[in-house]
Amino acid sequence: MADDFDDLMAAFDAATPEPDAVRKRKAIALAEEIFARHQGSRDGVRQTHQNGRMSRLLSGVSTMYMTLTSRAGLTASTALVAVGLIAILPDFRTPQTDFAPDVTILDGVAQNADTEGQTMGRLEERTAEPSPGPIGTTDGESADASALAPLLDAPVAAESMATSESVLGGVQDRPLGILQVSPRMRLDLQDDAVLVAPESDTEAFAAAPENTLKVVAEDPVSTFSIDVDTASYGIVRSSLSVGRLPPRDAVRVEEIVNYFPYAYPTPQGPHPFQPTLSVVPTPWNDGTQLVHIGIQGEMPAVEDRPPLNLVFLIDTSGSMQDANKLPLLKQSFRLMLSELRPDDEVSIVTYAGSSGQVLEPTRAAEQSTILDALDRLEAGGSTAGEAGLSQAYRVAESMAAEGEVSRVILATDGDFNVGLSDPEALKDFIAEKRDSGTYLSVLGFGRGNLDDATMQALAQNGNGQAAYIDTLSEARKVLVDQLTGALFPIANDVKIQVEFNPAVIAEYRLIGYETRALAREDFNNDRVDAGDIGAGHRVTAIYEVTPVGSDAIRNGPLRYGDAPALASETGELGYFKLRYKAPGQSESVLIETPIARAATDGTEDVRFSIAMAGFGELLRGGTALGNWSWGEAIELATGARGDDPFGYRAEAVTLMRLAEALDR
Amino acid sequence: MRMKTSDDALARAAAAGDAEAFSSLLHRHYDRIFRLAFRVTGVASDAEDLTQDICAALPAKLSAFRAEAQFTTWLYRIVMNAAHDRRRRHASHAKAAKGWGEVEVARRAEATEAAEALDWLTRAMRALPNDLRDTVALVLDDVTHAEAAEILGLSEGTVSWRMSEAKKRLRAMKEAEHG
Repeated sequence: MADDFDDLMAAFDAATPEPDAVRKRKAIALAEEIFARHQGSRDGVRQTHQNGRMSRLLSGVSTMYMTLTSRAGLTASTALVAVGLIAILPDFRTPQTDFAPDVTILDGVAQNADTEGQTMGRLEERTAEPSPGPIGTTDGESADASALAPLLDAPVAAESMATSESVLGGVQDRPLGILQVSPRMRLDLQDDAVLVAPESDTEAFAAAPENTLKVVAEDPVSTFSIDVDTASYGIVRSSLSVGRLPPRDAVRVEEIVNYFPYAYPTPQGPHPFQPTLSVVPTPWNDGTQLVHIGIQGEMPAVEDRPPLNLVFLIDTSGSMQDANKLPLLKQSFRLMLSELRPDDEVSIVTYAGSSGQVLEPTRAAEQSTILDALDRLEAGGSTAGEAGLSQAYRVAESMAAEGEVSRVILATDGDFNVGLSDPEALKDFIAEKRDSGTYLSVLGFGRGNLDDATMQALAQNGNGQAAYIDTLSEARKVLVDQLTGALFPIANDVKIQVEFNPAVIAEYRLIGYETRALAREDFNNDRVDAGDIGAGHRVTAIYEVTPVGSDAIRNGPLRYGDAPALASETGELGYFKLRYKAPGQSESVLIETPIARAATDGTEDVRFSIAMAGFGELLRGGTALGNWSWGEAIELATGARGDDPFGYRAEAVTLMRLAEALDR
Repeated sequence: MRMKTSDDALARAAAAGDAEAFSSLLHRHYDRIFRLAFRVTGVASDAEDLTQDICAALPAKLSAFRAEAQFTTWLYRIVMNAAHDRRRRHASHAKAAKGWGEVEVARRAEATEAAEALDWLTRAMRALPNDLRDTVALVLDDVTHAEAAEILGLSEGTVSWRMSEAKKRLRAMKEAEHG
């Protein structure tokens, strides 16, 4: 055979023509010209590349929209009817920085390093190089390549920030740095012709001065909007991972605290969520206490959910071979599999490259069969098989049974070569399938080829979500959430107001939520927008309070001030009020409860969230924590790690150690 | 003296903005890019177009070359990805014009027509599925299985398997032809 092959080689060499000399000269001249132009445009752009670290961090941000109509409550309880728009600003990943190897590990893609060793090796290389993405088309169009490349990082950042604006825009009358990025930027950048906005804009953060200590006698009421974002944690992680302390303005303590899952008591009553209040000693100040507010959103009854029929429609075209595409997708689905019930069924259909149904509908109980099929998937080639989407739907329909939920999950890096080329026809097709009971979600992998608009259109029409997956932990969040239906909004415009009892508390300080502050009168004004909360979401807010008579009171009594009216001896420390609107409603509902004085040590969750608040405060470098050290913060976090099934908390402790080392 | 400088050094210089280094690099590798492009497309005019696309895109790609991989490995990967993209674009453009079935028929007809003009070997190569052909094209260019694996983002075992599969098919085709 070796001889045959040598023959083949020789024959093939002989058959290979010489390149056409004229074409060669032209192509090289063209390339040289583009090169020269590329250098010219580079100085302006370079700033972003070198200094614009934050903008690149933000570039990893994914956005997620989800529109639900009344049919959407299928996987959730029927009460969760909503039309909503959600942006998730999750794990940040900088595709082009020179990561140290351990950084890769921190980012989670390599968590399955033992099973995907090769992936990890490749990943390091690929993160450092530009992934050889699409190349410009011939002739005139190809000249755009040089202008396009420097832009690759920025559009997503702009887009996600623009999205944040529409979604988070809780406090519209305040100038919020991160919200100021014009949505127009997204449009500009999609034209491939406009340079990146000046760095100062892309690096703007939603910074606001740290909340100051308030005197209860003067200002007994504190009002803010909830915030379920976690983007700041992503920024912090990315910065620390590359060996730098995050910019102080990028640290939003509440987002760091809220990144982590906490097992707060679940709602029992008529409301879709349950506030849990506890008073605990302050780790960094003996003279004060912390009022910890944990709000747990209602979780749809996952146990009662009907069996799921999932059809994975997977793009196996050649460009999917990058480590952050097919290999990540395989790992992601593996994660998701473990969350399935034995009665759920899974089928896999591929398009492009290999084609057709590679896994017959298989019960999730037969994990090894499914895993084998996943392992056999291979990216390569680009032969469109057949109309992949119709096939996936056919499979889904064949799996459907009374009372079951069918969903097609399309995973792609942006190649919607799925057999229907007219976008309108595609939308109609998907909408029709949705009405017949099969839903569609779209998962985007990798960058540079992603057709975000089409993804959104597909998912919205399919009653599903479009998610961009850049790391394994993001995959876990998105896919597992998908199963539990945790992305269904359960309450809009959630505001919190706490009134402190001047007889008990002398001073208070809200930790974090600086960018979320509301005016006292806004609380009862239903027209004032605030944050939304999704099923299963949880929100934590922490006040540091100084009891009357404590040594730690910073503000001395006023000579002419009124003595505080001794409100009561009820033992109430304060009064907690929360307003929310049920999805689609315009009138808010009030939840209220007194805050009891009795202090506890707090659960592990409470203690960990406090450690995270301390982490954020230390990163901001404020004076609020006195001499409390990194070592003490790490000890508190380590001691409260609890089960930590996904390693989020362990990761945080690692980051704290990094920060400690960098902060010296 | 430049001609003696290593590819990697040239690439790094070019990445840093050295136009002369870029020019040398391109002259040095143009034929290689073209050869590989021909082997994956099987048609000289397509190969010329593909090579030009790659040349035009190289300045942008090169500015981020970090020398983590050997230059040639990096370059091969760019060629391969460009070829994938081209095929894909071709398929979707064609599809935008007609229904998929018609396109497939048209494509086959076109392929048959073109194939008659080519010698047996090229026809055989074109008869291979894309993934096998890409692998063969690389290995024919004196790339080791390990390198090919790196370029294609596969395991070395997969490359070896593809090679033996390709050889099997080529031999079968040869036998069918002669027998």
